[in-house]
Amino acid sequence: MIRTEALTKDFRAGFWRPRPRRALDALDLHVEQGEIFGLLGPNGAGKTTTLKLLLQLLFPTSGRAELLGRPAGDTDARRRLGYLPEHPYFYDYLTAEELLEYFGRLFGIEPAARRRRAAALLDDVGIGAERTLPLRKFSKGMLQRVGLAQAMLNDPELLILDEPMSGLDPIGRRDVRALITRLHGEGRTILFSSHILSDAETLCSRVAILAKGHLAASGTMRDLLSENVRGWELVVRGLTEPARAALAARGIDAGALPGGTWLVTLGPSTRPEPAIAELAAAGAELVSASPKLETLEDVFVRHIADDTRAEGARA
Amino acid sequence: MYHVALHVFKESVRDKVLYNLVLFAVLLMAVSFLIGQLTAGQDVKIIKDLGLAAISVFGLFIAIFIGIGLVSKEVEKRSIYALLAKPVRRQELVAGKFVGLALTLAINIAIMAAVYFAMLAYYGWTEPETVQRAWEAPAADPRLLKPIVLIYLQLLIVNAIALFFSTFTSPLMAAAFSLGLWVAGHFNADLRAFDTVVDAPAAGALGTALSYILPNFASFDVKSVVVHGQDVPLGFIGMNAAYAALYIGALVIASAMIFARRDFK
Repeated sequence: MIRTEALTKDFRAGFWRPRPRRALDALDLHVEQGEIFGLLGPNGAGKTTTLKLLLQLLFPTSGRAELLGRPAGDTDARRRLGYLPEHPYFYDYLTAEELLEYFGRLFGIEPAARRRRAAALLDDVGIGAERTLPLRKFSKGMLQRVGLAQAMLNDPELLILDEPMSGLDPIGRRDVRALITRLHGEGRTILFSSHILSDAETLCSRVAILAKGHLAASGTMRDLLSENVRGWELVVRGLTEPARAALAARGIDAGALPGGTWLVTLGPSTRPEPAIAELAAAGAELVSASPKLETLEDVFVRHIADDTRAEGARA
Repeated sequence: MYHVALHVFKESVRDKVLYNLVLFAVLLMAVSFLIGQLTAGQDVKIIKDLGLAAISVFGLFIAIFIGIGLVSKEVEKRSIYALLAKPVRRQELVAGKFVGLALTLAINIAIMAAVYFAMLAYYGWTEPETVQRAWEAPAADPRLLKPIVLIYLQLLIVNAIALFFSTFTSPLMAAAFSLGLWVAGHFNADLRAFDTVVDAPAAGALGTALSYILPNFASFDVKSVVVHGQDVPLGFIGMNAAYAALYIGALVIASAMIFARRDFK
């Protein structure tokens, strides 16, 4: 569905600086049909540059990109994809309905179908009531919703969404997550960039982590998130001071929580059962016991840190 | 291209600047009417001359101020990203922008021309026949349409110039370059004869070369001829139209080529 080979983009740093700044360095990426693929990375990692290269809003310095079996920028491929830009902005003097009408014409959609689809999409993204308001009166979150509606106008096979949750309140984010899940359920392929890791963790089947223009890691969530338990967290009530001191003597930390409870943290090499028995014997009541698993945030921070170290070593 | 052109037209029609400019042009024509009445003998010529000048100057403002924003505003406001992701070739987009503004200009010139002719007709109707007999041509002389057509052709060139600069510079720079070329284009004939007034052959050759590159707006200016009741041959208009078509074609192709390879960061 999407394939890049050694995709590289340099930007001129300024008229007097002949050495360009490398925004994307030899990116190899492939997104299969029917996937929700997350492109993750901190600000300036090259996420938006990658998406713009896929849409030929930028031209690569070297390497190649292919979408829907055609080279990036192909007009027929654009007929089959939808794109939501980062912080979308449209024409002030048009209403949401007129914007979709204009874009619908560019897709060659018949007038009756165009009107029907525009109305349905605006309802779908929750701004049906504001369809006749000029876009200059729209808030950032409302523009984001219009952006999503225009991206779905041509019933695309592939959706490329640049920071789709940006500018949305918690309800808006929940709605967009539900929308992405529904679109995926309809068989569409979705590539989105984000720096909100919880969204990616919830939605994506595969992710790629970019750091300073490099591909730091990629794979399925299972590949990236180690299934090994990294420790246990026990919440207990009624922990006495002698029992806490006994735990501390063995290097087990117990911190006070609100409501008279304590959080006992066990390392990866300590099984929870003996500790639970010991605490019960000391008169403490077990409230909960949960394993500590690696999160996408842990993976993200680890890879970004690794990449920064590697770059430091190269320098 | 057709949809983009219609969109540009809709954008221009909803732009308040446009209405202000048309209103100013109509006001200026009305002022020329008053000035004409205060001037004994030359009144009708002054009204004709100032009216044509108003159409030309305000048409120029419309061509430049809307023309420079055609592409650069899309880039500046980031609306270009969603637009270029649609199945539209960049070249079509540039051509559509030009056609859209050409249409806007045509309608504005038509409105201003209608006001101009209505004013002249009223003036002719109110003046006694004895005064009218001294005129070289009737007040609402249909031959005045010819300089208006030539003004429109000039403005189409200015539109293409503004579009060309707006594909790679900021709106401010594009406005400055377009205005500069408008002024320089009116002195094109002087530039062509530059080698006859300077001793340095290199400077003379440069002047001649520049005169071929810069637009020749002076050849479109027939106001003084028509105001004095003389006719402009259709062949002359045809030659100027052919020149304008060539010049515009070259500029739109150059704009499309620049725009087609441009990065949108």
